[in-house]
Amino acid sequence: MSATAVAPVVHTLWTTAAGPIDKIPAPHIEYTQLSPVLIVVGAAVVSVLVEAFVPRKARHHTQVFLSVLALVAAFAAVVGLAAGGYGSTKAHIAAMGAIAVDGPALFLQGVILLSAVLAVLTFAERRLDPADHGHRVDSFAAEAAAVPGSDQEKAAVKAGFTTTEVFPLTLFAVAGMLVFPAANDLLTLFIALEVFSLPLYLLCAVARRKRLMSQEAAVKYFLLGAFSSAFLLFGIALLYGYAGSVSYADIAQVVSGDVPAVDPALAQTMGNDVLLLIGFAMVLMGLLFKVGAVPFHMWTPDVYQGAPTPVTGFMAAATKVAAFGAMLRFLYVVLPGLTWDWRPVMWGVAIVTMLGGAVVAITQTDIKRLLAYSSIAHAGFILAGVIAATPTGVSSVLFYLAAYSFVTIGAFAVVTLVRDAGGEATHLSKWAGLGRRSPLVAAVFAVFLLAFAGIPLTSGFSGKFAVFKAAADGGAGALVVVGVISSAVAAFFYIRVIVLMFFSEPKADGPTVAVPSGLTSVAITAGVVVTLALGFAPQYFLDLASQASVFVR
Amino acid sequence: MSFPLLTVTAAVPAVGAVLTAAVPAARRTAAKWLALLVSLATLVLAAVVFARFEPGGDRYQLTESHAWIKDFGVRYELGVDGIGVALIGLTALLIPFIVLAGWHDADPLETQSKRWRPTQGFFALILMVEAMVILSFEATDVFLFYILFEAMLIPMYFLIGGFGDRAHSGTDENAAAQRSYAAVKFLLYNLAGGLIMLAAVIGLYVVAGNFSLTEIAEARANGQLDMATSTERWLFLGFFFAFAVKAPLWPLHTWLPNAMGEATAPVAVLITAVVDKVGTFAMLRFCLGLFPEASKWATPAIIVLALISIVYGALLAVGQRDIKRLVAYASISHFGFIIMGIFAMTSQGQSGATLYMVNHGISTAALMLVAGFLISRRGSRLIADYGGVQKAAPVLAGTFLIGGLATLSLPGLAPFVSEFLVLVGTFARYPVAGIVATTGIVLAALYVLVLYQRTMTGPAKEETRNMPDLRARELVVVAPLIAVLILLGVYPQPLTDVVNPAVRHTMSDVQQKDPSPEVEAAK
Repeated sequence: MSATAVAPVVHTLWTTAAGPIDKIPAPHIEYTQLSPVLIVVGAAVVSVLVEAFVPRKARHHTQVFLSVLALVAAFAAVVGLAAGGYGSTKAHIAAMGAIAVDGPALFLQGVILLSAVLAVLTFAERRLDPADHGHRVDSFAAEAAAVPGSDQEKAAVKAGFTTTEVFPLTLFAVAGMLVFPAANDLLTLFIALEVFSLPLYLLCAVARRKRLMSQEAAVKYFLLGAFSSAFLLFGIALLYGYAGSVSYADIAQVVSGDVPAVDPALAQTMGNDVLLLIGFAMVLMGLLFKVGAVPFHMWTPDVYQGAPTPVTGFMAAATKVAAFGAMLRFLYVVLPGLTWDWRPVMWGVAIVTMLGGAVVAITQTDIKRLLAYSSIAHAGFILAGVIAATPTGVSSVLFYLAAYSFVTIGAFAVVTLVRDAGGEATHLSKWAGLGRRSPLVAAVFAVFLLAFAGIPLTSGFSGKFAVFKAAADGGAGALVVVGVISSAVAAFFYIRVIVLMFFSEPKADGPTVAVPSGLTSVAITAGVVVTLALGFAPQYFLDLASQASVFVR
Repeated sequence: MSFPLLTVTAAVPAVGAVLTAAVPAARRTAAKWLALLVSLATLVLAAVVFARFEPGGDRYQLTESHAWIKDFGVRYELGVDGIGVALIGLTALLIPFIVLAGWHDADPLETQSKRWRPTQGFFALILMVEAMVILSFEATDVFLFYILFEAMLIPMYFLIGGFGDRAHSGTDENAAAQRSYAAVKFLLYNLAGGLIMLAAVIGLYVVAGNFSLTEIAEARANGQLDMATSTERWLFLGFFFAFAVKAPLWPLHTWLPNAMGEATAPVAVLITAVVDKVGTFAMLRFCLGLFPEASKWATPAIIVLALISIVYGALLAVGQRDIKRLVAYASISHFGFIIMGIFAMTSQGQSGATLYMVNHGISTAALMLVAGFLISRRGSRLIADYGGVQKAAPVLAGTFLIGGLATLSLPGLAPFVSEFLVLVGTFARYPVAGIVATTGIVLAALYVLVLYQRTMTGPAKEETRNMPDLRARELVVVAPLIAVLILLGVYPQPLTDVVNPAVRHTMSDVQQKDPSPEVEAAK
């Protein structure tokens, strides 16, 4: 392209800007199909207004009610859309190519919403700690902005302040997570990432106890998260340079060698494979960071440990679901032509993730850190399903994510119950003999641990079998063997916790198990029921996942 | 639709387990009686299965088949052959005695919290294990079997770790540590084996597309399913590894002495006489049934490992100072015989191995339960702490002797028949192995008789002088077991009638004929 050809382009740009306004086309938005996201965003905005205008006394109840209502309504919208055929026959791309409404998107949105409902219930729990200055307290700081230990903080505690801001923050995070797996262009992907990440950074920082640790966790998460966002954004820029578009479909077209029209401004770079490979690697890095895969997992243990436990549960479950959804769409829709390039890399990542998570978890002495490393190992198992690159691979990953998120929320909810004078007793030595003192709580936690370990008749086994089967079908038999070996390693530390709970003598100064209100009880019960249901009779849900396994292009 | 007899046989103890667990803390005795009644009801059902089974009929009888997890190609498919019937009978027969023998093993201590309900848990777990073991003998779907094979580890694990032998040397804390070590070792060994099997199960699905034993066998017979030699061998090794851990075969046996030593005597019987049989049973049904070529390929190596088990287990048994560990090593030796009989690939060998499973279960139960009664009287597991017991407690000593003589396969008692068949069957194909294996019998005589001599004869020790003899409950446990041992020793035919046709099927699976003119095993 010569300089003479560029000049008129600039000219027309100027003239367009000065032209009559009615020539800008109004974007066509399918409000019904986007209703799950819109409901949650709307509720989040209302929730901010509640913070501003509702009196402090009524705020907690209003926020909990509003959040649960919004999430349930959004879930109903998802179910409605799925029943209306948007998951299969009517799947298409909405909002001017920005958001896909298809099976995987709806399935994952449903899972995210359900786990968010349970998480909000654990957020709202105010029975676990004794009342402070006559006010009931939850897991969150009285005033997050007050310096820990300062007079201001003491005053806030005395006045009975609570951080009800967690509810609007959660709703915004959920909204971002709903868009993330449905994003159909790279910019939407990035914006969704930021919309759910920023509230999560804040949520990590607002623990009521061990505040410095919580703030440290938030800073770590924020810095590393910002880093990964930068990688993702840079990757997007490179991919734009390569394809001349940020839309998934357009990039896929260029990858398959069919370049529609060369954008003159990008004539130098379009179709350059170096940009493609570096760009996709960087986007993938950003996504792998969010799922916590080795070697991008460093933040996981610190953040899981420092964040308020209900937030950890929410983050561990919903973030993983959203991020794996986005990764699946990115790999399967944008890069199907590049399968042979990304598979070896992902093989390596999956292997080190499975083994790394399982091996390092053995040495952990804190239950939250242990669950963090176990979540890394699980990310590895899910990656094995991603690598299959077949429709059964997609459905197995969907199923695994659904199974995993309920187990995770339930497990972290149980962690909130075991307390001593300093708040939650997360050090493993304090869990000794729990089974003798509170058989029911210990038994419930044992069910979750067995599910994590993948023992048959729990959801963990069905999920693991599904992804390993898909991986073996997809020609990744060696990966299955590694997965099985790391499962054996992982079983060791889950079993160790069970041993501690049931076979060790309780210590005299051991923690007590707080009796939760109905809120946490519902979350834990739902976790147990889903864990066992998906273990004994997974067929219905497998069907659901396999019907939902086709991406719209 | 016909009556689902097999499902009911397994469901009765499963439901019984739930009910037993739900008995309130204060009604401890009611839980015990409930567990006993449930186990007796299961025995009746097992007897019905035995009666309804026609030895000359189809290979798998009383079959049931329902869709379960379509996506994984899994069906809920049950059916029994003669081997399954015999082992279901063994399981159902032993559980009532295990329950009775463990009547007081899980009574709560004074110091324990009122909400802790060990008794209910103990009997519920035993019934749960019974349900899973019975169902695993009935499963003709590989995946269903795998699930049970893995899931039964969990109740077993709690039985070993949660209810240790109260007779121990050292402090309570020390004993608790050893017990939880034993439980964890048991679980990790078996779980590792199970997970390797999981890889092979997935591999089998990729190759065959479903998990039904009958369908896979059919597809192989008419050539629709063609496994590459190397694939078949890898899959075989995956399955065999898991079964060899469970059985247990040297060098994967080391969990057994720990588990049997630390568990209470009834639980030790449950491990070795009932649960471990699932391993040897599965070798016959799944290793030989699914991978005949690979089984033949691996036979020499397995025979050698089995021989090592026989001799090594017996030698270590001679050297034990702990009564329960002695029985554990004796069991390792006997499992060597069973595995050798299976892989000798002769009909006498396999019939013998199946009978051996049943007889070993009964004889070990008799010996171990009496040993448990003995240990509970003195509070020690060490042989050196006993002496001259037969003067104070002649009935206890006598029953202990009969259990011991059964363990060393004295003619006239049941194990003799099976051991003889295994040796004959092995000798026909592998004469050297047969000769080496007989040393196991000589060593068995040594460890049993030396055990008897040191504990029961000689001058009575201070602590054993006034030892009470067997009580009524204990006699009820021991007498029937000894009666069965004698009955099957002189008249094994009801059992062989059921087992032989099944063995012929297995032999045709592996396309093997007996090397010498065919002999009907032990008429």
